[in-house]
Amino acid sequence: MIRKILTYFTFPIFFVWLLVISYNSSKRKPDSVMELFTDLSWLYDWPKWLDIPLMKWINDGFKVFNEKYGIYFEVINDFLLGAILSLKKFLIVLPWPVVIALVVAVVFFSSGRKIGTTVFVGFCTFFIGFLHPKFWDKAIETTSIMIIGIIICIIIGIPLGIAMSRNNKVRNAILPVLDLMQTIPSFCYLIPGIMLFGLGAVPAIIATVIYAVPPLVRLTDLGITLVDTEVIEAAEAFGASPKQKLLGVQLPLALPNIMQGINQCTMMALAMVVIASMIGTRGLGDEVLLGLQQLNVGKATEAGLAIVLLAIVLDRITQAYGKRIQDRNKPPE
Amino acid sequence: MSKIEIKNIYKIFGPQPDQVLSMVQNGAGKEQVLEETGHTVGLDNVSLSIEEGEIFVCMGLSGSGKSTLIRHINRLIDPTAGQVLVNDVDVLSLDEKEILEFRKKTMSMVFQRFGLFPHKTIIENVAYGLEIQEVPESQRKEIAQGQIDAVGLQGFENQYPAQLSGGMQQRVGLARALATDPQILLMDEAFSALDPLIRSEMQTQLVDLQSKLKKTIVFITHDLDESLKLGDHIGILNGGRLVQVGRPEDIILNPADDYVKAFVKDVNRSKVLRAKTVMTKIDKFDASSINPSSTYKYDEDTFIEELIPKVLKDRSTIEVIDKTGSTTGYISSNELSEALTKTK
Repeated sequence: MIRKILTYFTFPIFFVWLLVISYNSSKRKPDSVMELFTDLSWLYDWPKWLDIPLMKWINDGFKVFNEKYGIYFEVINDFLLGAILSLKKFLIVLPWPVVIALVVAVVFFSSGRKIGTTVFVGFCTFFIGFLHPKFWDKAIETTSIMIIGIIICIIIGIPLGIAMSRNNKVRNAILPVLDLMQTIPSFCYLIPGIMLFGLGAVPAIIATVIYAVPPLVRLTDLGITLVDTEVIEAAEAFGASPKQKLLGVQLPLALPNIMQGINQCTMMALAMVVIASMIGTRGLGDEVLLGLQQLNVGKATEAGLAIVLLAIVLDRITQAYGKRIQDRNKPPE
Repeated sequence: MSKIEIKNIYKIFGPQPDQVLSMVQNGAGKEQVLEETGHTVGLDNVSLSIEEGEIFVCMGLSGSGKSTLIRHINRLIDPTAGQVLVNDVDVLSLDEKEILEFRKKTMSMVFQRFGLFPHKTIIENVAYGLEIQEVPESQRKEIAQGQIDAVGLQGFENQYPAQLSGGMQQRVGLARALATDPQILLMDEAFSALDPLIRSEMQTQLVDLQSKLKKTIVFITHDLDESLKLGDHIGILNGGRLVQVGRPEDIILNPADDYVKAFVKDVNRSKVLRAKTVMTKIDKFDASSINPSSTYKYDEDTFIEELIPKVLKDRSTIEVIDKTGSTTGYISSNELSEALTKTK
């Protein structure tokens, strides 16, 4: 009872207290009580002393944090940079026909040997080079940053999604974090990245992962939760252990949703990589930025088109596989 | 000793079942509990014993708790209070590992909507129980193939469940359940989703299989005709309470309350009652009225459906004989008319 009264009255009392203090500290005080209500100028300015020095705290904390743990971030930085560089080198060293052949082969088999999709994707890949010879290398650079980012997303996102689907407490703890990650403007992710890892590809990857991982986590959780309860019961009735159930039934049946998650993840990663050109990440986004800075509409459009083509290629590859599994799992008519 | 023994099971669904339990034990009804506490009573003091090798049919309308009951036997659901004994082992005392072993070794289950794995082929589905038991693959395939042949699905081994019709899918479900050679078969409304013709076909197939395999089968259904056709014993559930248990004849002839009476009202009795339940015993029958030239001998387990035309058309008397061939009683038009109209 007392607690209830407290919760009801704490806020109004606090609010009145704030008003009183505001009145005391304001410069232009009214002359009479009547004026107190007619002339509200004493309430115009937001009380200056009410400023919480969050910025200072964070900056100080960040400084200490960086001094103490900077060494770990350097390790992560070196590892990621190494991974990107070796992937990029590998892809750039390959002659372009081989890369196109690889893309076509991947599409062909992942789509279940659909000729139409394969030809379309192959054509899109070609066209990136047609737009501007320079774009080929740039596209490869963008792709390698994305691939590393997506791999990290998968490593983090899928286990997190599984953990959420298994335990409601975990889900309730993670969901608000995911909401937060998706509502914070994507620009903001770049800043801690720069502070910790400097300019370049690594902060871009970090930002990409934070930005792109939520849909994958959500869809993994959803996919597992949506598996038919009777099918799960069937597995349990035969004495399947939780591990056998997860690997043999839940994950395979959640795969269409998980693939959708990876697809979303890819698209968001691409968007982020383009934004990341602002902090000096090289790639196709770089060209768009240059076009903007030079007010060169043609150049920006050309680079934009290349990004669209790259998006189509990546989208088709990730979607085709998911769709094929979905067709097989369709319930009978 | 019974194969499965269920003792005073209570199941209450809701956030605090233990607090509501005493209220239910003191006789509060389902509606009252729901209104006062927001908890749903699933099962209310159910006790049963199921003998080895019989088909026990558990019947009730939806919401009567029959699906909840069957899930207590393999502990897919834990009871709020009570005991479940299978082979004299208290199922509730098993820890997590033991319960998995117990499910692998003793029982398997068939589901209403089949519960097949859509990402596995038919043969992989049938072999699933063996896969869980880590039987080597070649042996697994061999056993699964045998079961597929037994239910008549040769040639469909490498198809996916979605490519099969409902009846075929349920045969896969049955083959999958039998592949592990379990002692107990739990069938949760196994045939309810099938159309009538296929359902009756599957019922016959199950009876045939059972005459060879002699499993202990717990069969759940909401269809009285089905339960009369399959069941050695029938238990009728209403609102989580077990209303009546008995052989099909007992249920038909002596319904325990109005609920059961309403159920059996429209049953075709001639298909359920057997000669031995209807006949007048030999020592009580006035044998002088028999015309020996129009007497037919019938086995005591014959359904009276078969006898009706003989008695009505030929004005004859049926002599009921037992397995050894000696006469145990007689059926005339009097006995028949009484059997077909009698209600208490």
